[in-house]
Amino acid sequence: MEINEFVRNFSDQLDDTDVSTVTADTKFRDIEEWDSLTSLSIIAMVDEEYGAKLTGEDFRQSETINDLFNLVKSRTN
Amino acid sequence: MASFSVPNVKLVGISACVPKKIISNLDHPYFSSEMMASFVNSTGVNERRVAEETQSTSDFCYEAAEDLIKALSWEKSEIDILIVVTQTADYKLPVTSAILQDRLGLPTTCMAMDIPLGCSGYVYGISTIAALLSLGTLKKGLLLVGETNSKVVSPFDKSTEPLFGDAGTASAFIFDPSAKPIPFSLGTDGSGHKAIIIPAGGSRNRVDEKAMEFVKVEEGIIRNQCSLVMDGMDVFSFGISKAPANVKELLTYSEKNIDDIDFFVFHQANMFMNNKIVKKLKIPVEKVPYSLSKYGNTSSATIPLTIVSELHAQVSNSKTEILCCGFGVGLSWGTCILDLENLVVPKIKEV
Repeated sequence: MEINEFVRNFSDQLDDTDVSTVTADTKFRDIEEWDSLTSLSIIAMVDEEYGAKLTGEDFRQSETINDLFNLVKSRTN
Repeated sequence: MASFSVPNVKLVGISACVPKKIISNLDHPYFSSEMMASFVNSTGVNERRVAEETQSTSDFCYEAAEDLIKALSWEKSEIDILIVVTQTADYKLPVTSAILQDRLGLPTTCMAMDIPLGCSGYVYGISTIAALLSLGTLKKGLLLVGETNSKVVSPFDKSTEPLFGDAGTASAFIFDPSAKPIPFSLGTDGSGHKAIIIPAGGSRNRVDEKAMEFVKVEEGIIRNQCSLVMDGMDVFSFGISKAPANVKELLTYSEKNIDDIDFFVFHQANMFMNNKIVKKLKIPVEKVPYSLSKYGNTSSATIPLTIVSELHAQVSNSKTEILCCGFGVGLSWGTCILDLENLVVPKIKEV
């Protein structure tokens, strides 16, 4: 599992954001269109693409896309 | 996961009763129409039925039960078992089933009990009433499943109030040695018990002045400790993985595939989550009925309410095989497959 692919999969869940501005260091809560529905789309993407689970607590404890990546990575083999 | 089959029991009728009062989400009394437009778009809940202050869960279950008993031409004296599934009982005690045994005029020889499960409750309720009827001593049973969710959500919580609705349903079961065994797969993961919870009012946290105090948790969410709290992300994460896994588990156990099943009736959580589940299982959309737009999420009542509301014609005039899957609060989940033939389904009543 590698970060660039994760960032791409993450960006695919966004509708109104210029994806070239989204990087591993992006603080996802700062993305203008970010809302509860976006977080659900990320949970679904992680479930589909990586077979891993993200919880509400994971989002609350994370700041950047890279933080989420590390959590997902630690839960996949 | 526990998979098993219960022989000798047949489901012969289902009925439903909903409140007359309609709350439209696009014309919401409290939340802005801009916010509600995106809410309706993602959840699929256009409107819901909400009980009057004077109406309780047993009122809706009572009407549904009376309609069904009449439609089946059952003698009340023949009813041996009554199970009520609800998380919004009339009182903290006694059980709502006792109140309904008396109000329905069922004999005092009728055994009555409540099962306080939510979204998985219909399937759990069927497994319990079927297991007891299967022995052959009890011949006829009523499973009443209903909620008045409007009584436990905070009116100022955008994550719960516009999603939930109220309803009561009745399902009638008989001992029948010629019936096909009903396969079940049931499970529990209490590590997620805080994902959907009413924190105060039980023996852990009493209702006191502090518990009654409304607090702003975040924008659009003001609630107190007696309100239903839902961690939408945890519930979603659980639902999109566990529900498909449970359906697959039961299909494997019962040696069936998706083509063998006529309809898949899922707990009506919200459209966003249900769509993901259905897509993951690759079920043709025409096999998946929804009542979300009209009734919202009525927790334990969603499955029977959806059958009555959306499959009325199909189940009452032919043979159908229906898979029912409930998942949520507990966390708890259950799936079963019902073989139905000329099911008796009275029209939905409004009170």
